[in-house]
Amino acid sequence: MNTIQTLIQQTINAVSIGSLYALMAIGLAMVFGILRLINFAHGDLIMVGSYAALLSLVLGAPFWAAGLIGIAASTIVGLAMERVAYRPIRGAPEVAMLLTSFAVTIFLENIAILIFSPTPRAFPTPPILSGALEFGGLRISAVDVLAILVAAVVLVLLTFFIRRSEAGVGMRAASQDLLAARLMGININRVIVMAFAIGSALAGVVGILWSIRVGKIDPLMGFYPVLKAFVASVIGGLGSLPGAVLGGYVLGFLEILLQGLLPSSLTPYRDAFVFIILIVLLLFRPNGILGSTEKEKI
Amino acid sequence: MATARRSNLLAVLLSLLILVAALLVVDLAASAYIQRVVMGLGISIILVVSLNLLNGFTGVFSLGQVGFMAIGAYTAAILTLPISLKSVNLPELPAWLGEVQAPFLLATLAGAILATVIAFLVGLSLMRLTGPYVAVATLGFLVIVQVILINWDRMTRGARTFSGVPPYTTLWWVWGWAVLTTYVVWRLVRSAYGRRMMAVRDNEVAAQALGVSVMRARLLAFCVSAFFAAIAGSLWAHFFTSFSPKAFYFAETFSIITMLVIGGMGSISGSIVGVVFVTLLSEILRNAERGINLGFLTIPPVYGASQIIMSVIFVLAIIFRPKGLLGGRELDLGRLLPGRNRRAEAESRAVGGDERPS
Repeated sequence: MNTIQTLIQQTINAVSIGSLYALMAIGLAMVFGILRLINFAHGDLIMVGSYAALLSLVLGAPFWAAGLIGIAASTIVGLAMERVAYRPIRGAPEVAMLLTSFAVTIFLENIAILIFSPTPRAFPTPPILSGALEFGGLRISAVDVLAILVAAVVLVLLTFFIRRSEAGVGMRAASQDLLAARLMGININRVIVMAFAIGSALAGVVGILWSIRVGKIDPLMGFYPVLKAFVASVIGGLGSLPGAVLGGYVLGFLEILLQGLLPSSLTPYRDAFVFIILIVLLLFRPNGILGSTEKEKI
Repeated sequence: MATARRSNLLAVLLSLLILVAALLVVDLAASAYIQRVVMGLGISIILVVSLNLLNGFTGVFSLGQVGFMAIGAYTAAILTLPISLKSVNLPELPAWLGEVQAPFLLATLAGAILATVIAFLVGLSLMRLTGPYVAVATLGFLVIVQVILINWDRMTRGARTFSGVPPYTTLWWVWGWAVLTTYVVWRLVRSAYGRRMMAVRDNEVAAQALGVSVMRARLLAFCVSAFFAAIAGSLWAHFFTSFSPKAFYFAETFSIITMLVIGGMGSISGSIVGVVFVTLLSEILRNAERGINLGFLTIPPVYGASQIIMSVIFVLAIIFRPKGLLGGRELDLGRLLPGRNRRAEAESRAVGGDERPS
């Protein structure tokens, strides 16, 4: 394989993993933009979706149906967490909301451990996705292609939704100024529920793609994806949707770059380097790449 | 004023005396199980009271405290591990470390000093951030520490269990450090430094306008809390004697933050109340988890249920008592004594800093 081929191959890897991070980060950013809530439990929606999909596969559902059931399960649990845990503390200090989301995480993970036991379970790859596309000496797995395509479609649809639809405008207004949006007659509850629904459904999508990629699932599987999505949305600027997408892809490239550039003795430290880069970035752009640099009003 | 101060001093001395008496009883008469719970209590008090200095009094919400605990635990454990065990467990240790076996106090302090130095260096950048960014960045610090612990096989045995640490931790070591931590944090909060921290917390811009260095106030709190977290880490390591990096991660972080929030941020006595409340509750739940036999009814064991109930209680606490059990105020020991004047009461209330803009 020559240099150019390696370069293309790695770029595709980066775009594929970046797509998953971006889809996750959108969910986080949407909720943060409106509620100032960093929803740590977002990662557990991945887990919920994956288990629901696996369960329906075991019960004999075809793969596409299992996928839909997984996405539906993530959405339902996401909406339930909003209703039960986050609505009562709406408007509380950011830290209190973050801590509540930790509690929700602990709750969901332990429930999952109770029901499914902590041992990892194999997640099957559907026959269509087990192959790989090969051309010009490149080898791209079908899962990577699917991840890139899904992300592209979702991003286009979401852009239209946010820009054009009435609900999308309401969502943007709410994230700019919740109170003012309410005074303009926007139904805040509906907007927030919508944000949770979209974010949770995307988490379900990521969950299924992630599980196929990794090949196994366990009750704590949401931890690293949500951590990565965190980093992605902070890189881009918390609360900014384009920022979250940009952050997701930047993080994907960063990881592949570190994997390639670090000497092999240091590659296990990749995650540490990612966070070091994040902290350095925050020093120069305290609000992320696309975040506003506007000072707090006095 | 003078009588108030004297009655305060009297109350503190009296409660110390009661503490010593209680510890003596536990040491001499209580079962091994109770002794372990009481030691765990003391270690948690060190962690939570010192975290409160940072999270409660400067308003910088750190999730990295357990990272410093890990640094203290591993540093001290490497230093106190018997030389004969070092050649077996950590054969690749550098020679200068492989041939020493430090006494407990020295090893603990070494870990604490290392943690403080690291906190200073890391804090130079982390303490510039605010709000949710600090939480995410300090969580990043925790991940960095975890990744290093898992991969630095030569020093930490990697993800494998680090065992054979001598069981030096006693009831008296733990509670000695707990009292010292509480005293230092209490004095610090009441000093000019503490007032600067609270000023920074309550209104950053106003504090700056008055000439308070935001960075310096935060950095001081960050370093002091790292110092005591590392002490707690060393005590913890010599208490459990074997552990792996996983012990110093998200679950432990959530546990101490639960104690902090349930007790009430910004109140030292609140932290202690929070620790006692959460520890006792989780011990009860953990015992109940093994199944309850009520004679006519047997509840089967449900492992993990205690964590689930804890998380529900946590959410309820945030919804219904967002300022914690003590509402951000200090427990007033002096009030328990006769001859207390009102002015001192008002004074002690003013320091608690309970009115916070949110």
